[in-house]
Amino acid sequence: MAHDDAVAVKEPQAPKESHARRWSGLGGGFIAKLLLMALVNALALTIIMSAWNAEAWAILTLSIVLIVAADIIYFAKRTLPLKYLYPGLVFLAIFQLFTLAYTGYVAFTNYGTGHAGSQQQAVEATLIQNERRVDGTPTVPLSIVRDGDTLGFAVTQDGIVSVGTEDDVLEPVGGAVVDANGRATEVPGWEVVSQNELFSDQDLQQAVIDLRVPVSDEAEDGSMRTRDGSSGAVYQSSIEWDDEAQTFTDKETGTVYYADQETGNFVADDGSRLPTGWSVTVGFDNFVRAVTDQNLAGPLLKVTLWTFAFAVLTVLTSFGLGLLFALIYNDDRIRGRKWMRTVFILPYAFPAFMSALLWRGMLNREFGIINDWFFFGADINWLGDPLLAKLAILWVNLWLSYPYWFLVCTGALQALPSETMEASRMDGAGRWRQFRSITLPLLMVSTAPLAISSFAFNFNNFTIIYMLTEGGPPFPGTSGLGSTDILISAIYNISGVSGGSADYGLASALSIIVFIVVGIISAIAFRQTRKLEEI
Amino acid sequence: MSEITAQAPARRNPSRRSRWWAEVGWKYPVAAIIIFYAAFPLVYVLSASLSSSGTLSSTSALFSDLSFSNYAALSDTSYWTWVWNTLIVGGASALGAVLMGACAAYAFSRFRFKGRRGGLTTLLIVQMFPQTVAFVSVFLLLTALGNVIPALGINSKIALICVYLGGALGANTFLMYGFFNTIPQDIDESAKVDGATHAQIFWKLIMPLVTPILAVVGLLAFISAFGDFILAKIVLVSQDQWTLAVGMYQWVSNQLSANWGLFSAGAVIASIPVLIIFLSLQKYIVGGLTAGSVKG
Repeated sequence: MAHDDAVAVKEPQAPKESHARRWSGLGGGFIAKLLLMALVNALALTIIMSAWNAEAWAILTLSIVLIVAADIIYFAKRTLPLKYLYPGLVFLAIFQLFTLAYTGYVAFTNYGTGHAGSQQQAVEATLIQNERRVDGTPTVPLSIVRDGDTLGFAVTQDGIVSVGTEDDVLEPVGGAVVDANGRATEVPGWEVVSQNELFSDQDLQQAVIDLRVPVSDEAEDGSMRTRDGSSGAVYQSSIEWDDEAQTFTDKETGTVYYADQETGNFVADDGSRLPTGWSVTVGFDNFVRAVTDQNLAGPLLKVTLWTFAFAVLTVLTSFGLGLLFALIYNDDRIRGRKWMRTVFILPYAFPAFMSALLWRGMLNREFGIINDWFFFGADINWLGDPLLAKLAILWVNLWLSYPYWFLVCTGALQALPSETMEASRMDGAGRWRQFRSITLPLLMVSTAPLAISSFAFNFNNFTIIYMLTEGGPPFPGTSGLGSTDILISAIYNISGVSGGSADYGLASALSIIVFIVVGIISAIAFRQTRKLEEI
Repeated sequence: MSEITAQAPARRNPSRRSRWWAEVGWKYPVAAIIIFYAAFPLVYVLSASLSSSGTLSSTSALFSDLSFSNYAALSDTSYWTWVWNTLIVGGASALGAVLMGACAAYAFSRFRFKGRRGGLTTLLIVQMFPQTVAFVSVFLLLTALGNVIPALGINSKIALICVYLGGALGANTFLMYGFFNTIPQDIDESAKVDGATHAQIFWKLIMPLVTPILAVVGLLAFISAFGDFILAKIVLVSQDQWTLAVGMYQWVSNQLSANWGLFSAGAVIASIPVLIIFLSLQKYIVGGLTAGSVKG
């Protein structure tokens, strides 16, 4: 109480002034906040500037909105709760809410290999792909020149050295020195890249091969390109883009390709199409394809069924085993229970991905010890046979997850009211009867929600599937899926994020289906726990 | 009731020993089987890590030779880089998850504001949809961000940390919110009367009181970053950026070039700290896991 009085006397007028806003006195809080916000603003400014340079308007707008909001929130008085919520909300919005919404959008497009960007980008890509060396044009001596990050060509034509880059057309420069072959060795304002450096740098080689230096301001005239870094030639596109009519015309065959906005492709009358298209919305096509496509529908159905079977069986077996162990060892008469318990839960403490990889080695057909030690050296192809691979996955996941249920059930058993047990015993209930009618129902109250969330977790348990079998053994056909693939690993294969042909649209459509399943499961879980009512 | 318990020992069974076997004794041999089931693969990996042959070959018995060549060979690989990467990614996402989660829980628990109920409900719903399923969008998002800010693009640890932090608020707020609510409001009130500001109450009063839940959330965030494979594999492309999960998978994924000796040694080193932390804090972790889906 004395302490209270002292404070009240010291600051009678303005006790509510926050130390983060106060200038008087030390003001340490305010200075710390000012420094932090200065840092954040500087960072945001850098991002805004590079977004401007990269012409990424969405990112630019978003950064401006976010930083203005941050400044308002942290310097205004009335935004107290947001001061605490804002950083978390920003991350949540960008890396979770946005990705969820974007999945929903991509699911209705044909985004993927061959449909990667806008129509504009598709036109440019097609023009570049169809560039051919112009017949009859001479090869000219060429050097690679550099100015900071900008690469360029210095070509010698009729004794005159011209320099150009991706953005600047070839222009003659004065004062250049050429060697016996006519290649420029010194160019004022540019650093000539030596052949040695070119040969030792893979990235640089690729950049040089990709570099196209326009010959003149007219795109028709083509561009200077090189294959070897020492000689160049003029390349022109064998195909012509008519912006008015939105058509490509093949200069050699005269075939006309129309821009088809339905499919995002350039299509000719005979049905042939150019390889590069653009991304368009395709409605429910991806969902329809998942159930009707001949190559895909069958495997996807099997994958879906196995996903459910895998999740349900994993929960049932590990819950069952964990509960059994908990019932057996929840007994005061056993000595060394604490010690036993620690060993029992070891598999849960061992990192899951390592366990899966370890079991992959142990289950190996040729040198795995499971075959050698427990099956007398039999040649059992655990991970290569569709049925055995499924069993192996269930077995390994049981090993991984029974300790969790053991711990949970032990805790739940110890929390059971002893009076109820006592009463049932007095009423003459046998052990089985007691378990069936009292222990199990009471146990389910506390463990059922956990079982549901465990189901949801295993429904998307990518790690164990991928580490153990990578979804294999593969189904016959070209689906690229396998007998142990669950939905998320199937999505991973289809999406092509790890290389290969990408189909982001279909992958996202399948993600949506997974979201729906998981959403329904969670909704059931919430009804169980009635969590919403507690808020 | 006490009469019955008192009578129980009086009802002497002539063959006490066989009854002991029927009720308690058999549990010891069963325990031995369970212990074998639980610990055998782990003992085996320890043995393989100490073998000099570099395979998981079964020709040799357990612990037939004790050589540290696999452990020594780890330093010729990128293993320690991966350990370092894992520590950075895990540590940063744990720290971020703790700070952001605690701030959010404090706001929801202590302030009454418009949209509080709606905010909590939204978080609850968002948390139901795991980020990993949206990995295609994460990949596309990071590709787009990388064109503007290379540090937030594909193949950057910072980007991966940001992705993990995106999931932090949904996963942890509830756990912490429940715990924050158990700290009586009176403490804040009396501090406020003493002239403490909201920030002082948060940092100096509440945070020390909620340390247990901070530790649990930090640990869970670290473990989940440590064990994550799908996002790490998508985001981290080049070998010097990999985390342990990605790197060690690459070691053994190809059957022909699989190096199980290195894997075993690496697994032992990486799992020992995790095992120790886990076993010493098992009470809290299990409490945290259960609280995540039951009442907070």
